[in-house]
Amino acid sequence: MPVKLTVTGAAAVAHAMRQINPDVVAAYPITPQTPIVEYYAGFVSDGIVDTVMVPVESEHSAMSAVVGSAASGARTMTATAANGLALMSEIVYIAASYRLPIVMPIVNRALSGPINIHCDHSDAMMVRDSGWIQFFTENHQEAYDFTIMATKLAEKENVLLPAMVNLDGFITSHGVESFEMLDDEVVREFVGSWNPKYSLLNTKNPVTYGPLDLFDYYFEHHRQQEEAMKNAYKELPGVFEEFEKISGRRYDFLDLYKVDDADYLMVVLNSTASTAKYVVDQLREEGHKVGLVKPQVFTPFPKKEFQQVLNGRKGVVVLDRAMSFGKEAPLYSLVKSSLYEVASRPSLGSYIYGLGGRDTTPEMIREAFEDALQGNLIADEQRYLGLRE
Amino acid sequence: MSDLKGWKDIPIGGVIDKPATAREYKTGEWRIQRPIIDREKCTNCMQCWLYCPDMAIGGGLDGKKMKLGEVNLDYCKGCGVCAAVCPVNAIEMKSESEFI
Repeated sequence: MPVKLTVTGAAAVAHAMRQINPDVVAAYPITPQTPIVEYYAGFVSDGIVDTVMVPVESEHSAMSAVVGSAASGARTMTATAANGLALMSEIVYIAASYRLPIVMPIVNRALSGPINIHCDHSDAMMVRDSGWIQFFTENHQEAYDFTIMATKLAEKENVLLPAMVNLDGFITSHGVESFEMLDDEVVREFVGSWNPKYSLLNTKNPVTYGPLDLFDYYFEHHRQQEEAMKNAYKELPGVFEEFEKISGRRYDFLDLYKVDDADYLMVVLNSTASTAKYVVDQLREEGHKVGLVKPQVFTPFPKKEFQQVLNGRKGVVVLDRAMSFGKEAPLYSLVKSSLYEVASRPSLGSYIYGLGGRDTTPEMIREAFEDALQGNLIADEQRYLGLRE
Repeated sequence: MSDLKGWKDIPIGGVIDKPATAREYKTGEWRIQRPIIDREKCTNCMQCWLYCPDMAIGGGLDGKKMKLGEVNLDYCKGCGVCAAVCPVNAIEMKSESEFI
């Protein structure tokens, strides 16, 4: 029977990893990811899992060890945040290029500087083109569930791509909340065993990983990665369906909250969606037809789903917890471009919020909604919530 | 490079799934000059064979003496080391455009 646990988000993710019981976890602790690998190291030292834990001297080494381990055919995981991800980034691209189905929770934190350890999404956005599948999660339950689903998806034969599960630094990772944990056997059966096609340790069929790949084949390998992303998009509904069978929880590319008859929609990632839902409820009570769209899958970007849900609305506000200096904000630019071909485009507004852990209050969310309600949206104007002028 | 395969026909991730295939990888594609050996001047001293950074210059024992073989253009990058070390100036680097 599933049990209710009231723990931190980091513990929830560590429990998902424990139930998956990967062969290898190589990690370097970095705030606010540290408790995930601390909990996991505890499971290893207590003999609860039979994972080989590799404590390394930096994140660059963590991702390098993970790539080596996954290439050898072991089911492999790690976790990181912000500057740790930045230090990994060289190898992050390599993991995707070698088509290694690594799963990595990212505890979202601002990429300095000046030095900041609190939540925003600049770390995830930095690697958005690295070829990893990217999930975003609102709370403990989703962080736990998506860690399990990510493993299932990444290892599909026609996918074989690494996957990141994003959760908000401190807000989700350190906040205590209840979530429902599935039985160990149920999770084990869901993810199944991992049988890689290629293994560095298979001496009967020796392979080489990472050879020189110049102008003659590099392009073709990248085209393969694009195809794998398309396959991930096609496989995801099946994964959601299978997960619903074991958990009763139904996920989709987009989490839709009160959108059916809504004239005005907000798009926002991760934990801020909870605050936004609260504001949606308030505005609904006041008679405004508003709703919320929370992307659960960011890469592959669910363009078709966005087109379907945003087409014909009066106004859409997109909130980004990261900036693309000199360009449109990352989530906003994707949402905007997805609307190029819809029959009836809504008016659009771009809002930056919550950088470096800046608290995001219902009043701020309301401010963005009110701009939409008053017809005061300018597609090419970037606005800021909670910024002092 | 006429036998290059499309993206659907190659192993994913650049994995090489058969051992000892390096010889199949032709590395002479970016050459802009090629060595032309004047056999009348050549003394078979084998300096070019010895100094070639790849294995583009063929040759070996012919009876009891060493004898220079052909240049394998699949692997010659046109670096010109062979021409530079030749003590009798028997090797001339000629532009690839002359052979189109």
